[in-house]
Amino acid sequence: GTGLANPRRPRGPRRAVPCPARPGADPTAIMPAVSKGDGMRGLAVFISDIRNCKSKEAEIKRINKELANIRSKFKGDKALDGYSKKKYVCKLLFIFLLGHDIDFGHMEAVNLLSSNKYTEKQIGYLFISVLVNSNSELIRLINNAIKNDLASRNPTFMCLALHCIANVGSREMGEAFAADIPRILVAGDSMDSVKQSAALCLLRLSSTWRARTSALTCPSAPQGVVTAAVSLITCLCKKNPDDFKTCISLAVSRLSRIVSSASTDLQDYTYYFVPAPWLSVKLLRLLQCYPPPEDAAVKGRLVECLETVLNKAQEPPKSKKVQHSNAKNAILFETISLIIHYDSEPNLLVRACNQLGQFLQHRETNLRYLALESMCTLASSEFSHEAVKTHIDTVINALKTERDVSVRQRAADLLYAMCDRSNAKQIVSEMLRYLETADYAIREEIVLKVAILAEKYAVDYSWYVDTILNLIRIAGDYVSEEVWYRVLQIVTNRDDVQGYAAKTVFEALQAPACHENMVKVGGYILGEFGNLIAGDPRSSPPVQFSLLHSKFHLCSVATRALLLSTYIKFINLFPETKATIQGVLRAGSQLRNADVELQQRAVEYLTLSSVASTDVLATVLEEMPPFPERESSILAKLKRKKGPGAGSALDDGRRDPSSNDINGGVEPTPSTVSTPSPSADLLGLRAAPPPAAPPAPSGAGNLLVDVFSDGPAAQPGLGPSAEEAFLRFVCKNNGVLFENQLLQIGVKSEFRQNLGRMYLFYGNKTSVQFQNFSPTVVHPGDLQTHILSAWPGPLAPVDGGAQVQQVLNIECLRDFLTPPLLSVRFRYGGAPQSLTLKLPVTINKFFQPTEMAAQDFFQRWKQLSLPQQEAQKIFKANHPMDAEVTKAKLLGFGSALLDNVDPNPENFVGAGIIQTKALQVGCLLRLEPNAQAQMYRLTLRTSKEPVSRHLCELLAQQF
Amino acid sequence: MIKFFLMVNKQGQTRLSKYYEHVEINKRTLLETEVIKSCLSRSSEQCSFIEYKDFKLIYRQYAALFIVVGVNDTENEMAIYEFIHNFVEVLDEYFSRVSELDVSFFTSVSQVFHSTWQTQASPDQVLVLALEDDPTSV
Repeated sequence: GTGLANPRRPRGPRRAVPCPARPGADPTAIMPAVSKGDGMRGLAVFISDIRNCKSKEAEIKRINKELANIRSKFKGDKALDGYSKKKYVCKLLFIFLLGHDIDFGHMEAVNLLSSNKYTEKQIGYLFISVLVNSNSELIRLINNAIKNDLASRNPTFMCLALHCIANVGSREMGEAFAADIPRILVAGDSMDSVKQSAALCLLRLSSTWRARTSALTCPSAPQGVVTAAVSLITCLCKKNPDDFKTCISLAVSRLSRIVSSASTDLQDYTYYFVPAPWLSVKLLRLLQCYPPPEDAAVKGRLVECLETVLNKAQEPPKSKKVQHSNAKNAILFETISLIIHYDSEPNLLVRACNQLGQFLQHRETNLRYLALESMCTLASSEFSHEAVKTHIDTVINALKTERDVSVRQRAADLLYAMCDRSNAKQIVSEMLRYLETADYAIREEIVLKVAILAEKYAVDYSWYVDTILNLIRIAGDYVSEEVWYRVLQIVTNRDDVQGYAAKTVFEALQAPACHENMVKVGGYILGEFGNLIAGDPRSSPPVQFSLLHSKFHLCSVATRALLLSTYIKFINLFPETKATIQGVLRAGSQLRNADVELQQRAVEYLTLSSVASTDVLATVLEEMPPFPERESSILAKLKRKKGPGAGSALDDGRRDPSSNDINGGVEPTPSTVSTPSPSADLLGLRAAPPPAAPPAPSGAGNLLVDVFSDGPAAQPGLGPSAEEAFLRFVCKNNGVLFENQLLQIGVKSEFRQNLGRMYLFYGNKTSVQFQNFSPTVVHPGDLQTHILSAWPGPLAPVDGGAQVQQVLNIECLRDFLTPPLLSVRFRYGGAPQSLTLKLPVTINKFFQPTEMAAQDFFQRWKQLSLPQQEAQKIFKANHPMDAEVTKAKLLGFGSALLDNVDPNPENFVGAGIIQTKALQVGCLLRLEPNAQAQMYRLTLRTSKEPVSRHLCELLAQQF
Repeated sequence: MIKFFLMVNKQGQTRLSKYYEHVEINKRTLLETEVIKSCLSRSSEQCSFIEYKDFKLIYRQYAALFIVVGVNDTENEMAIYEFIHNFVEVLDEYFSRVSELDVSFFTSVSQVFHSTWQTQASPDQVLVLALEDDPTSV
């Protein structure tokens, strides 16, 4: 029942600026605080005149008259007394507040600052705070006046000065008084109200510029000062936590005193029977800057406090007023945040969860909202995850029945957080059901969440496929590319679900109106795996084609392009559809399509289908290879959606690095690829080629040194782990070549004869695009004459969370010992990043396995009997000696394995020919494991000496 | 951290605004318009917290006047929510039945706001402090 409840007459639209007077009231009432006899009658009359003006023009006329009057008074010969100055400055201020520019009077306002009368000084400070400009001369005068007031020992004047500093809050002013304010704060003789203002003034300054303030001791002062000091300390703690560690025990003892006090103790600070609620909240927040106290006694006292708060929540309320319970709950929620922050007291965590569980059904919407929000963080603690899960039905109910979208969103968040393998099916189906009626604003987020949960907890992938297709059916518009790309990747990688996926999309496409995203998924899956359901006459090839083609004309260009690719795949999969599809491609609407992409596809596919033989077609349109496993791009997208990049509402143009609070934190500073030092890298690189090998190594070394010295932050990434990754590729063609916090590089490669093709996948693990991302291949020394690598085209931009593929064509001209290098440079967050990796291309990649009988083998073995043709190595096993694994490695190495050659069945014998453009090198190898000694003997014989030695080195490192 | 404090009436006119982060003047108007729009569109069944861009709005309505506090995500929503009420109670005592128009011009309002937030005492106590700060009022 405040007076605000009184209905007021709506104000006329004419005045956009604050109306200074209350209609119908005595104009002097605007300043009730002004004592009698000091009423500034002239000001009252002026305000009254303005209010009575009938039109904008009349108002302006009256104002101009007044401005002329004031100007003449200020310029007049007669010195004005303080009262008149105050009155005129007040009028100017009023005119300014009405929305008019004021270009004089500043000097008079500054004069008022040195007055000894409170009202005059106050008006002076008010004018300065509202109308301060960067006039340097005035600032000097103002600072002087403030300095005098701070030194005056008059608490009222000191407070006025401190408030002015805080209100202006400029850097210059902050620096001018950086020494004075802390002194006032800690001085023994300052009054409490002054200390309070000083603490808050510092807080204000420290949040606008980085104040380097001397360490403060927690004043054992009255409550009000403590509250102000706690805010300041919390702010400073965030910047330098170590400097303020001592505040932990002080905060705990203060908190304990408040929590255990009777409601009558701290009377002045008791709010509806709750002692010092806001200070309690602040102390609890301060403690969240630190880990749990190390001192057992302090910790014990704190746990006791937390328990007391939880106990009090169960006690009957001391007042029925909502203010009482609100204040109590504010403390309770902050207590729970602290318990979650510590995440170390299972008992407290479970109690917190039960308390929040009660709030989930509370009639106050605010409490339900906050309970859902807190519980979301509780769900991620291992101690309380199970306890949170018990509330699943209540939360699902909230999702269905809450009338407030923001509460429903919290419920959806909580369901996402509490989801695990045991309840995934229930939660996903509830979210799908909710999606049908969900608010547009949160649909995309729900779609992403469902897609992530379905993938993460899928035991059976047909459920996953069903879920995603349902997503597209229910909320097709909100299914982003990431989501449907992902389902294609998963189906491609898992052959157990491909048939099911083909059948399901085929059925889904039968719907008369299906979403374009469904057509895309359907088109792709049928193009790849349509053959798996072609046996059924209901989904025979012509039926599949006409079903897809019936959607074609309704689709966008991108989808039509995808469908054209599906059609050419159909020609390969189902030769019987060739004539029909060629007819479609040949149609004028395709061959002469206005869209270049469509036209090109139509022309090229048509030619491909008529020119290429079945074999060529089958090779070109071979089934897609599996996608490399990596972090889900959907997850990256969800993070991006929630992340700080969302854009700040407050002044996004600001570039001041100190102002990151409101932006919710900055992107983590990128760290460059971690390597011990360049010299260590060189050693790492030299480990690969044999030490005595001809010129290449030294040449490579020199070139690498050049690479290192090139560019300011060139920190190549050839650490031991990169070397290990490289060695892993000797016997296999696919895998992850490199990974750090920013970037993952995956490799897939295939080799035939002396040619190879390597797919490099650059995965951006951050949420922002890499700038100037440019990988290049370096051929150290004269390697260029041995091996050629080149990419056909430029690289697409590497967006945050995205993966970009690059194809590298490789030709082996003659035998080589060192691999080409991949040098990757880009900028992330402004910092240049650079790394150099060995491309996983070794000479054995060009092996052609050769089968031969024992007799032939021995004959050739004898032919290669020159000492330099043989390389032998005896070495200790680094891995368990398993015959099957060894076999797989040798096959991966590229040679054929010959059975029944070696009289000892434990031994392995292999043969192959290395294909280069210039020559062929025949190789024979023999590996003799000695399980007892855990040793191997490896013998290589080739027609070329360095090759024997190199292969021997490479292979010996694999066992 | 409190980012800003607004008193806006139902017509969308800002009666008092205090910013604790630098915001350019022209962006303030835009921000205030958007803030009041999102408050007006809510019913009494909805909770008093709105996620707005990267911070939270906590609001209470008194007759035709909305009091909105913008905070970052480390602030305790319930504490701010109740703080608004404490503030209004203090205003009510100070002006003896406060009205929207008291708020429009009278600079003491922000003084009271700061006193309330600084001391966070009970309404009576804040009032005593506010009056102490203002010797002319006795």
